Amino acid sequence: MQAVEFDALLLSRLQFAFTIAFHILFPAFTIGLAAFLAVLEGLWLWTKRDAFKVLYLFWVKIFALSFGMGVVSGIVLSYQFGTNWSEFIRLTGGVIGPLLAFEVLTAFFLEASFLGVMLFGWKKVGPKLHFTATCLVAVGTTISAFWILSANSWMQTPQGFEIMADGRFQATDFMQVVFNPSFPSRLVHMLLAAFLTTGLVVGAASAYRILKERKGPPVTGWTESRISLVMAVGLVAVLAPLQLLAGHWSGEVAHKHQPSKTAAIEGYWETRADQPLHLFGIPDRDAQKNHFQISIPGVGNAIQNVPRDEVIQGLDAWPREDQPPPFIPFFGFRIMVGLGLLMILLGGAGAVLIWRRRLFDSPWFLRFCVAMGPSGFIAVLAGWMVTEVGRQPWVVYGVLRTRDAVSPVTTAEVAASLTAYVIVYAVVFTAGALFILRLMVEGPVAALAEPAPRQDRAPGSPLAKAPEDTSPGEGV
Amino acid sequence: MLDLPLIWAGLIATAVLLYVMLDGFDLGVGILFPFARSKEERDVMMNTIAPVWDGNETWLVLGGGGLLAAFPLAYSVLMPALYLPVLLMLAGLILRGVAFEFRFRARNRGRRFWTQMFAGGSILTAVAQGLILGGFIQGVTVENDRFAGGPFDWLTPYTLLVAAGIVAGYALLGGAWLMMKTKDSLHGDAKRWTLISAAAVGGLLAAVSVATLFIHPRIASRWGFDLGSGFAVDWAVLTPLLLIPALGLIGLGLVVGMARRGSHRWPFAGALLLFLSGYLGLAASFIPYVAPYAVTFRQAAAPDNALGLMLVGTAVILPAILGYTAWVYWVFRGKVDAEAGYH
Repeated sequence: MQAVEFDALLLSRLQFAFTIAFHILFPAFTIGLAAFLAVLEGLWLWTKRDAFKVLYLFWVKIFALSFGMGVVSGIVLSYQFGTNWSEFIRLTGGVIGPLLAFEVLTAFFLEASFLGVMLFGWKKVGPKLHFTATCLVAVGTTISAFWILSANSWMQTPQGFEIMADGRFQATDFMQVVFNPSFPSRLVHMLLAAFLTTGLVVGAASAYRILKERKGPPVTGWTESRISLVMAVGLVAVLAPLQLLAGHWSGEVAHKHQPSKTAAIEGYWETRADQPLHLFGIPDRDAQKNHFQISIPGVGNAIQNVPRDEVIQGLDAWPREDQPPPFIPFFGFRIMVGLGLLMILLGGAGAVLIWRRRLFDSPWFLRFCVAMGPSGFIAVLAGWMVTEVGRQPWVVYGVLRTRDAVSPVTTAEVAASLTAYVIVYAVVFTAGALFILRLMVEGPVAALAEPAPRQDRAPGSPLAKAPEDTSPGEGV
Repeated sequence: MLDLPLIWAGLIATAVLLYVMLDGFDLGVGILFPFARSKEERDVMMNTIAPVWDGNETWLVLGGGGLLAAFPLAYSVLMPALYLPVLLMLAGLILRGVAFEFRFRARNRGRRFWTQMFAGGSILTAVAQGLILGGFIQGVTVENDRFAGGPFDWLTPYTLLVAAGIVAGYALLGGAWLMMKTKDSLHGDAKRWTLISAAAVGGLLAAVSVATLFIHPRIASRWGFDLGSGFAVDWAVLTPLLLIPALGLIGLGLVVGMARRGSHRWPFAGALLLFLSGYLGLAASFIPYVAPYAVTFRQAAAPDNALGLMLVGTAVILPAILGYTAWVYWVFRGKVDAEAGYH
């Protein structure tokens, strides 16, 4: 086995993996949370029920914390393309640069500007304008996902470009660049993942409060936790099965356009017809085989949606230097799918319990919800590792190698920056996670513990009519 | 046919200028944080910028992202050249960015920690931006379209002087902003901070201006000085350019004069004018380079079809951004008191 050399390339890859893994947690959560907040505020304006306001004020605090951490960890990425991957940008900047610029122009400004109104504008603007601000933030987060997924998908399935004499890339058709083959399926897959992540977190926080309050008399926040649990479980029940389909769609596209990624995911070393399905195994790059393999013969082709007698490429179809390292794609994929199946189980069981009106009286289910709280994050991280490691050794699949994309910087510089990021992120994200967990433990009552926004509204506005304080124990 | 590279050079220069002015006062408030008298005063100081800081910082992302997209060659040369100061800036931005929320969520010791992180992060960001600016002006080593210098090229007495100037400049913007946005004793403090910073900025800006003439022969000749053989001045070149320092002197005069007369708003306008003057002065020095003195904006430009596509998009979206940004500032206009937060 080749000795691992800690050069600027490997350290830059580790640093990118580290910083983007932390960053993706926040968009994965805030895309769904922004939409959840928009729904809550809309329901509040429409029904004038205070429970929705309390829920909004509670979750907006968690949103503000998460969004702030997402913003600062995102700025790191926009500069890291240059500091660590300057050759990638020098060569491909003319193609994916506009996608990133459009993300800033169409999404970041929208989110950042209206977030201020959303958090601090209660006393400054009317309720409809405030609701509009919330909606615009939610729209902004989704537009952001659109552009960044487009750029990343182009790196997976590049098209619509030519390489000029000096090696730089130039777009021949920007529509083809933006709407490259893997973009639609990956965008849908990621947006569903974001909504599921939010649903699972909201569900876990609500279930935790219900479990805690189950034995005592109804207290403040009692109603709110029940409302949000029903909303979260309902969302998971609908979206988790859809995510299975979206994931499958994404897998089919990968099989068609990135066969080496599929081979790594499935642990196929041998090119053959009638592939098996490997449930478990330890892929070994040096031996070019799996150890301790547990397989179901004869069903691999069916999973890929191709006839049984059709040949599916194994990793032996590529020379060693063109093979992706299979370990992370293989296990990442199985973790993601396993969690996805648990999400479907949670949604299905929850739907049955809602139907039977036993949702709040099933401690085992509530505990299941709490346990599944972080599962969305884990699945998102696992999925991104599958797709990014599965793309290797390419930064732009089949066109530009990762090792040719790195900046001309010294190993010492990258070691210093990686160390600095690990320390800063450890402090910042530990603190942030603790603040969020503390709010969740307190539950929606935390929204009432602090001075609520004053409602000096013009008479006749929905806000003016809404009662000032919440009455505890109101039935669901 | 439109001169797309030139338009984009202008757009990115404008984005960076807007960033420096807008986030400048945010960072300035952080730099002045240690001088506040009480927790309540710090709360008010933070609340004057809490609704707008995120939007302000987005101009930095546009500056970076725009440079990446419009001048990929410049971006791919400058970022490795300024690797460590960029890292310091990002670390500073992270610490002060999360402090807005964390400071309100934390209790006792934690709150003190995040207060310090807000101030420390703001100062670190300002210093790092000064080092980046200084490193940019003194030029980067480029061979075969790649950065070919060392990791500490950006660390010189000149860049340290620029960093000091940026810290003082942001403190001035922050002080003048607080004069506009606060009342009573905090306003009085802000006035004092503004006047002290103005004195520091006056001295440092003059020092940086002189030092810049010596940093590269190009710059001296651009301003009409011939420092090679003794000292000669070409007045035909220098005279029109003197408008730029004159603008700065007017700005400084506005800050000091109007603050003494008790104006709440004019010092901020004066501070903006001072920044505009410094910015124009530097721009005049290194035009047409985007990576001084190796890559011009024409050499670094992305293909025309990329620039054209982005220009169409920008022509539609940028007016909307400017519109709703102005609206947000209008929503949060007026003095800020202790009740402004949502927390």
